[in-house]
Amino acid sequence: MTQPSILLDGLPVPFVDGQTIMDAAMAADIFIPHLCHHPEFKPQGSCKLCTVKANGRYVSACTLPARDGMEVENNSPDLNDKRRTLLQMLFVEGNHFCPSCEKSGNCMLQALAYELEMLSPHFDQFYPNRAVDASHPEVLLDFNRCILCELCVRASRDVDRKSVFSLSGRGIDKHLIVNAESGRLADTDFSWADKAAHVCPVGVILKKRSGFAVPIGKRRYDVEPIGMQVERLAARSADEES
Amino acid sequence: MSEECFDAEELEELLRPVVERHNGEPLQLVQILREAQEVVGYLPAALLTATARALKLPRAQVEGVAGFYSFFHLTPPGRYRVLFSDNITDRMLGSGELLDRLCNKLWVERRKLSEDGLVSVDTTSCTGMCDQGPALLVNGQPLTRLSGERIDRISELIRAQLPLGDWPAEYFRVEDNIRRRDTLLSAEWPAGEALRAAIARGSEAMLAEMKLSNLRGRGGAGFTTAIKWESARRAACHTEADAQAGARYVICNADEGEPGTFKDRVLLSSYPDLVFDGLSVAGFTIGARKGLIYLRGEYAYLLPALRENLERRRRSGLLGRAVGGEVGLDFEIDIHLGAGAYVCGEETALLESLEGKRGIPRIRPPFPVTAGYRGQPTVVNNVETLCKAALIAIRGGAWFAGLGTKQSTGSKLLSISGDVEMPGIYEYPFGVSVEQVLQDCGAGNAQAVQVSGPSGVCLAMHEFSRSIAFEDVPTAGAFMVFGSHRDMFEVARNFAHFFKHESCGFCTPCRVGTSLVANCMDKIGKGLGTQYEINQIFKIHRLLHAASHCGLGQAACNPLFDTLQKFRPAYERRLCSLDFEPAFDLDQALAAARQMTGRDDPAAHFGFAARLPGVAS
Ligand SMILES: Cc1cc2nc3c(=O)[nH]c(=O)nc-3n(C[C@H](O)[C@H](O)[C@H](O)COP(=O)(O)O)c2cc1C
Ligand code: SF4
Ligand code: SF4
Ligand code: FES
Ligand code: FES
Repeated sequence: MTQPSILLDGLPVPFVDGQTIMDAAMAADIFIPHLCHHPEFKPQGSCKLCTVKANGRYVSACTLPARDGMEVENNSPDLNDKRRTLLQMLFVEGNHFCPSCEKSGNCMLQALAYELEMLSPHFDQFYPNRAVDASHPEVLLDFNRCILCELCVRASRDVDRKSVFSLSGRGIDKHLIVNAESGRLADTDFSWADKAAHVCPVGVILKKRSGFAVPIGKRRYDVEPIGMQVERLAARSADEES
Repeated sequence: MSEECFDAEELEELLRPVVERHNGEPLQLVQILREAQEVVGYLPAALLTATARALKLPRAQVEGVAGFYSFFHLTPPGRYRVLFSDNITDRMLGSGELLDRLCNKLWVERRKLSEDGLVSVDTTSCTGMCDQGPALLVNGQPLTRLSGERIDRISELIRAQLPLGDWPAEYFRVEDNIRRRDTLLSAEWPAGEALRAAIARGSEAMLAEMKLSNLRGRGGAGFTTAIKWESARRAACHTEADAQAGARYVICNADEGEPGTFKDRVLLSSYPDLVFDGLSVAGFTIGARKGLIYLRGEYAYLLPALRENLERRRRSGLLGRAVGGEVGLDFEIDIHLGAGAYVCGEETALLESLEGKRGIPRIRPPFPVTAGYRGQPTVVNNVETLCKAALIAIRGGAWFAGLGTKQSTGSKLLSISGDVEMPGIYEYPFGVSVEQVLQDCGAGNAQAVQVSGPSGVCLAMHEFSRSIAFEDVPTAGAFMVFGSHRDMFEVARNFAHFFKHESCGFCTPCRVGTSLVANCMDKIGKGLGTQYEINQIFKIHRLLHAASHCGLGQAACNPLFDTLQKFRPAYERRLCSLDFEPAFDLDQALAAARQMTGRDDPAAHFGFAARLPGVAS
């Protein structure tokens, strides 16, 4: 029997049963933009950056199982335009001041914005009022940058078995909360050794007193665009920073 | 402040019987929070902690659920909590002025708790009383047909702190307003008739009748009911033991959240046995032992009568063990209450909510027919669909297929509201023209009809010859009529805010996009909009349609798109120029500074306003 495959932008890409379009693409070293996806965790399907067209229908590559003969459009002006708009939405929804952010250069949101040539946030900024949580001895939470990808939620629940993080609120008021009546990270059992401490794709969960060890300009996505780093992205394990 | 202080022990005391009633089952979390809130008045932080402990759930998960639903309160909401229904039809009947009037009378600010903790006044999404609005909910009880006079009286009743039970009963009267009956609304079968008919046919034959009937779902998507039932009947349960135990589920979707829809309310209040029979027939056909009704929180007032009816059915052998005298045929029905979230009408969000979680639509596949409630094969059907199934059990599939049109068999209930003489429920065979409907309900000067609610389609006059049917204008039932004097821009703006308020927030396009378009509409409404905003709306519409996770986001810009296509002048009248204008109003931003310094001279203003002497802001 021949291995089943999908046709990704005209290229045959093999897959094994149970793999999603994203899994198949990553295994073949093909980049599909993504933020909430991480190979170590259960697919979530919320950021919608991975939106592709499968047999003419818009779907999320990270959640849709691949099917033999499926024709998938990925790197097209239409899709990249939609992804750019999604990035702009994520930027204006939070407060992202890249130049003063410790994650700059290592941040997937920023890297994707470069990759997809997002030149401006385009929409009016929401400027939400989100307080920083500096209560924990080791870790700072800067919610201003949270893109609600739930990677920390999944890591803490499924790997650390602590459920330190969760989401509350609805719609545009949705926000990250921690597992304490006080609402403070210091009052949870969170620790820097947790998987959840190392999965944030942006600059929310930061180690205190260790900023800017690698200078800006020499960081992960400064040296090579994210679209060229599929192999590393695919090999990410839960305890390695995204 | 009225921040009442409960100590942790006291709260645990209050919580214990609630948790015990639900056997400490974490899947019952939404029900437990609802009942706990009824006892305590709101959900203080310590109560969430106690609930988490009692159910062995992470506290953050409990808080996340409590924070999702509109009717859960993390801070004290006022001993009288007044929520005005904010559908466009309520607004057209003057709900905005009535809300202001009540606030004035009570000396409260909208959305703010009064100083003495007595009362809070706010709005809520459509409460399903559009044919007898303006309407409001006070502590969850619906009040209909509001008028200035009633509002004044209500403010007195609140100030006198009279319990709701002592308010005039007339205020709480909810009418059926059935205006046109066809096969469903003229049915007069005794309770259990349909179930007995199905049992007499046998489950295999019942399914064959369903196929013959070609019944399609009445909840919106129009999926063929027989295919759903057959898939769930065939799908494997988790384990063989589960299959033996009948671990399949049938669920009646009574969330009826689409603004302008109220036909399920009438079926539940006046045809409950038909609903229960339909649910039982579905359960019998797919081999389920349990039926669940997901009743929207706004309809909580129906609960006592529905529970009583279930008790009656139990006594007459229509529920429980050996249903209809058939040994081995067991069937139970439970009612779950929602807590204010339109998205929970989406069938997979509904399942999440039934399982005590945040109402976030699931990733599909798998579909509920293979992995639904508790991961088992599950059928979710609309209230009206189930009533139709009951009729098919009695009268057969061929009879049903002979009604309506070929692709849309049977009849459809329409919930008609807006600028008509006789709002209410109209039952028509599928295929009826919009024109005919308008004529029957007395819509003299209609310029537009919003069919199937904000997620549906807005028809303009030249489309009134089209017909109500899946193959032409499909509908879940809402039919809101707008007379020629109405401003279609304001209609669309109301809908934009509805979607913004109801987005579950799971996916980026819907979460952020619904806010962006609502802001665009407000900007245009203030006369600050330009062609730029219009283009923006089109762009966001395309994105939401393509990339949203569920039907809510996909449809969220439909009303804007339709009105922009068909009622463009309503927008263009408001545009200030064809170029970009920043949403940020510099002059407005200075208002606080002006107030503090007591200045209002031209030099204290910016831009256009600076040129007008004495503009008070
Ligand atoms: C945002 C959203 C809200 C919905 N609300 C309802 C509802 O209130 N009642 C309903 O029956 N179906 C609703 N639906 C449709 C359901 O997902 C589902 O299709 C329906 O319950 C299936 O029943 P039917 O086949 O009998 O129509 C909604 C869908 C979406 C996307
Ligand atoms: S999190 Fe990323 S995008 Fe946000 S401010 Fe930091 S570097 Fe910029
Ligand atoms: S903190 Fe980081 S990992 Fe967690 S949801 Fe926000 S962006 Fe995602
Ligand atoms: S990566 Fe697929 S939705 Fe986020
Ligand atoms: S937030 Fe519900 S569809 Fe996107």
